[in-house]
Amino acid sequence: MWHTLQTVYIIWKRDVKRWWRDKPRIIGALTFPVIFLVVFGNGLSGAMGPLVQPQAASALPVGAGAVDYKQFIFPGIIAMNVFFASIFGGISVVFDREFGILKEVLVAPISRGVVALGKTLGGASVATVQGTLVLLIAPLAGVKLTLGMVVRLWPLMFLGAFAMTSMGVALGSRMRSVEGFQAINQFIAFPMIFLSGAFFPLRNLPAWMEFIVKVNPASYAVDPLRRVVLEAQGMPPAILDRLAEFGLGLELFGRQLTIWHNVLIVVSFGILMNVLAMYLFSRQD
Amino acid sequence: MSTPIILVDNLTKRFGDFTAVDHVSFEVQPGEIFAFLGPNGAGKTTTISMLVTLMRPTEGRALLAGHDVVREQGAVRRSIGIVFQEPSLDDRLTALENLEFHAVLYGLSAAERRRRIPQVLEMVQLADRANDLVERFSGGMKRRLEIARGLLHTPRVLFLDEPTIGLDPQTRRHMWDYILGLREREGITIFMTTHYMEEAEFADRVAIMDHGRIAALDTPEALKRQVGGDVITVRTTDMEKDAACIEEQFGVKVQRYKDELRFEVENGEVFIPRFVREFPGTILTISLRRPTLDDVFLKLTGRTIRDAELDEKDLQRYRLRSRVVRPRR
Ligand SMILES: Nc1ncnc2c1ncn2[C@@H]1O[C@H](COP(=O)(O)OP(=O)(O)OP(=O)(O)O)[C@@H](O)[C@H]1O
Ligand SMILES: [Mg+2]
Repeated sequence: MWHTLQTVYIIWKRDVKRWWRDKPRIIGALTFPVIFLVVFGNGLSGAMGPLVQPQAASALPVGAGAVDYKQFIFPGIIAMNVFFASIFGGISVVFDREFGILKEVLVAPISRGVVALGKTLGGASVATVQGTLVLLIAPLAGVKLTLGMVVRLWPLMFLGAFAMTSMGVALGSRMRSVEGFQAINQFIAFPMIFLSGAFFPLRNLPAWMEFIVKVNPASYAVDPLRRVVLEAQGMPPAILDRLAEFGLGLELFGRQLTIWHNVLIVVSFGILMNVLAMYLFSRQD
Repeated sequence: MSTPIILVDNLTKRFGDFTAVDHVSFEVQPGEIFAFLGPNGAGKTTTISMLVTLMRPTEGRALLAGHDVVREQGAVRRSIGIVFQEPSLDDRLTALENLEFHAVLYGLSAAERRRRIPQVLEMVQLADRANDLVERFSGGMKRRLEIARGLLHTPRVLFLDEPTIGLDPQTRRHMWDYILGLREREGITIFMTTHYMEEAEFADRVAIMDHGRIAALDTPEALKRQVGGDVITVRTTDMEKDAACIEEQFGVKVQRYKDELRFEVENGEVFIPRFVREFPGTILTISLRRPTLDDVFLKLTGRTIRDAELDEKDLQRYRLRSRVVRPRR
């Protein structure tokens, strides 16, 4: 048991260290969100106007809870950073294989499932930190940072990261070449994050697109992040309960999802993917 | 004889319809240095992969320290250390961190780690580089670090797959000093592969491997004795005629190899003056040397190891051309 814990820890530590020493990667994790926010945020927020407009007839004062597009995509950008770091962290088993380090691990007297778990936790931790880095540019998005918000974002980021890193490890276990990583990025990672509601309000979408968004597990990792960020911006509870109406929240079977619903879905998907990752990783030779 | 530490019985590995290792059987005794000598593609690495549980044999069986390599993988893995043919260090970690990583995977306690790690670093003379990133190491230093790592958990058998490949002669000699010293200090069994015949000479016993089969297995001396006393190489003006003439007149078996004639005689120093006196043809050059393992290989397979490697290169080129896609490992 002790040996197992230590193994998970040392594998986790290796990935965290490698990340820390990879300064270009850290700088990339900071600059990509800035570019996104500056280009898309500024480019589109004017055209889109305020995303929440309480009707004159409602009990709320006009203008209350107004959200502009930059504030809207801010949690989406956090999700994007977490998401790509997770996929990369998971798929890095392919790089480990390419550079021979995997053989050293596979020949050691340890369970391969444990290796997969250590790899997942390492990748998820790095991804959570990469997501946290986005908080540094909150002022650019006009988002107010509160301690409560940050503390609530962390576990949500980590759960999403765990699920997506597990998926990455599962994909990487079956992959024999680094080239395959590009394919995964293009055919799985980009569509998943773009069709997750991270970058556009889920309102008046074509039916097929709405369907994809709702079967996409990444959507349920994005939604709670947005909810927490908007709440911290002082949005009145009356509007928070009706976010789905404005396309700022996810609705499933006619009901707006709460944070707990989202967590339940993300954790279920995460466990499924992690079991799959352990299985596939153990089966390779 | 004590119970063998490695017992291999009809071990076979096929990739599709290509047989990489073909019903190989042998035993290795505890404390022995055992070498596989053979050209590229002979099946050396494939055999090791099966012995270290990274590949499943297609047929046959192997016991390592008494444990079956298929059914008791855990016990086998605990008994062995391996230096892979290809690099397997994490370049982004320091030497010390690479060793820590390995030690934890093998379940060494913190106290054992503190004792063992400086020991093995000292042994490969890398103690002063412990905290440097491996990416700053030279090829030879990386190789030494891999050997240190393979020994860290005091395995009973150390596998070295081409341990000195790509190293300069001086580093190679150093490496051999360690390896020979190791057996003395740690008493472990060493299983190595090489295609340098000079290197195979260090082994207690050598298995000559070609096309997935063991062509001969014995001590280097006994193998060389198979060749006979000394190897004489001559070049003459008329190879065709002279080969037959030498066979007839001196009662030896002549092998024609490129533009030379080679044969073996009991006592070369005495033979040469007689040969020069009595040989009717024109001698261009003549030389005498003690037999090497390459001569053994030539005698067994009709090719030298270097030739065999050229063959393998042609084969690979052919495979590339015909676009036979083979999965990697
Ligand atoms: N995974 C694989 N799939 C298909 N063929 C393989 C595989 N691994 C090895 N082979 C083939 O098996 C043969 C033996 O390979 P192996 O690596 O064991 O040779 P070797 O004796 O170690 O050679 P070298 O001296 O070059 O390391 C080669 O022809 C090789 O192409
Ligand atoms: Mg090899």
